[in-house]
Amino acid sequence: MIVKRIIPCLDVKEGKVVKGTNFVSLRELGEPVEMASAYSKTGADEIIFLDISATNEGRQTMVDIVRETAENVFVPFTVGGGVRTIDDVTRLLRAGADKVGMNSAAVADPELISESSARFGAQCIVVAIDAKKYEDGWHVMTHGGSKDTGIDAIEWARTAEQKGAGEILLTSVDTDGVKDGFDIELTKAIVDAIRIPVIASGGCGNPDHFAEVFEKTDVSAGLAASIFHEDTYSVQEVKERCKQQGVNIRET
Amino acid sequence: MIAIVDYGMGNVASVSTAFRRLGYEVILTDKEAELAKASHIILPGVGSFQAAVQEIEERGLKEPLQRLAKEKPFLGICLGMQLLFSEGYEGGTSAGLNLIPGTIEKIETDYILPHIGWNALDIKEGHEPFEAFQNKHVYFVHSFEARVDRKYLVASTEYGTEVPAIVKNENVYGIQFHPEKSGEVGVEILKTFLQGEAK
Repeated sequence: MIVKRIIPCLDVKEGKVVKGTNFVSLRELGEPVEMASAYSKTGADEIIFLDISATNEGRQTMVDIVRETAENVFVPFTVGGGVRTIDDVTRLLRAGADKVGMNSAAVADPELISESSARFGAQCIVVAIDAKKYEDGWHVMTHGGSKDTGIDAIEWARTAEQKGAGEILLTSVDTDGVKDGFDIELTKAIVDAIRIPVIASGGCGNPDHFAEVFEKTDVSAGLAASIFHEDTYSVQEVKERCKQQGVNIRET
Repeated sequence: MIAIVDYGMGNVASVSTAFRRLGYEVILTDKEAELAKASHIILPGVGSFQAAVQEIEERGLKEPLQRLAKEKPFLGICLGMQLLFSEGYEGGTSAGLNLIPGTIEKIETDYILPHIGWNALDIKEGHEPFEAFQNKHVYFVHSFEARVDRKYLVASTEYGTEVPAIVKNENVYGIQFHPEKSGEVGVEILKTFLQGEAK
């Protein structure tokens, strides 16, 4: 049986891993390649880099990081953040990324999904959806979760699948940073609406939260950042907790 | 020296890194003369079957690869594994290298596709060098699979149906998953191939 994946996410700004409690005060945590390599050796099933660089230099640095990661990390890794054109997708895949994530640019032009998918295959195209709950359902948010597009998140997930996305990275804007658990209701709604793997993100504060989202939804993977970076919990502790709860995980 | 066939389908960097890490000299090439000098030939690949066949044919590599596969250890990885078979139906019907009898067809399962993620290996009887990998998890990313006679099956995985994971016909091996992305287990599997099953 296929296992549930545990994925540490590294936010990278101008070449350094940062933890942003907000966009004003970003704390540097370390070197992206070293951190990715360390996680891959301690049980991470996959790594996701989110490039939050504001400058072109920062984006170029990300390509170098991808190249170096491909030479040093022996689990799959995804790169997202600032992917706007098929040239961006090409550059990151050529540098050695296994998958590329796209968010705002795909909302603005869904053909970016279909063109990328047709050229490189669905398996390497991840559509990231940031969703926030409103009275009439979940809306797709862009620009780091700040801008309401008014688009229904479930409909958008279906569109992304039809356009050729291989996977959905689903972040709940409501639970992100709260550390009170993944957004079960949203995750279930999206997972049940589509037939491609979904990665749940936003709100994880401890290993029980991973076990919970795997028990209550059919999500394929869970992502967390701060609980791993701040050494609150290791990937191994998360896996042990999941295993105790009967979740099928990869033992390393 | 190990030759990795570089024919424009997917990044070959991770595959070559994995072999270098095992201490082997690696060359990336689409030249017949260089392939002929190698001790082992690796055919990687990511993308669609038909596009890959076209790339191989445009480079005049089809017949050289078919011939060399009879002379030395030959390993296809992921799409490269699928190309070892007789015929593929992704992107239309096209002929493969025909080194292992069988076809490449969409996975028939009730589960979601692509089959993405870590799945456990079921090693078949009679393949001792691979027995150490029984129930070990390796990383898969694919929607198509080999339909192949059991006598060529070294390992499979379960995904609502039995999916071939490692296949073998004489000195031609195929690996459906990504050993270069499967952590230490993946590296050990490559080592097993390099050392030869007979030893």
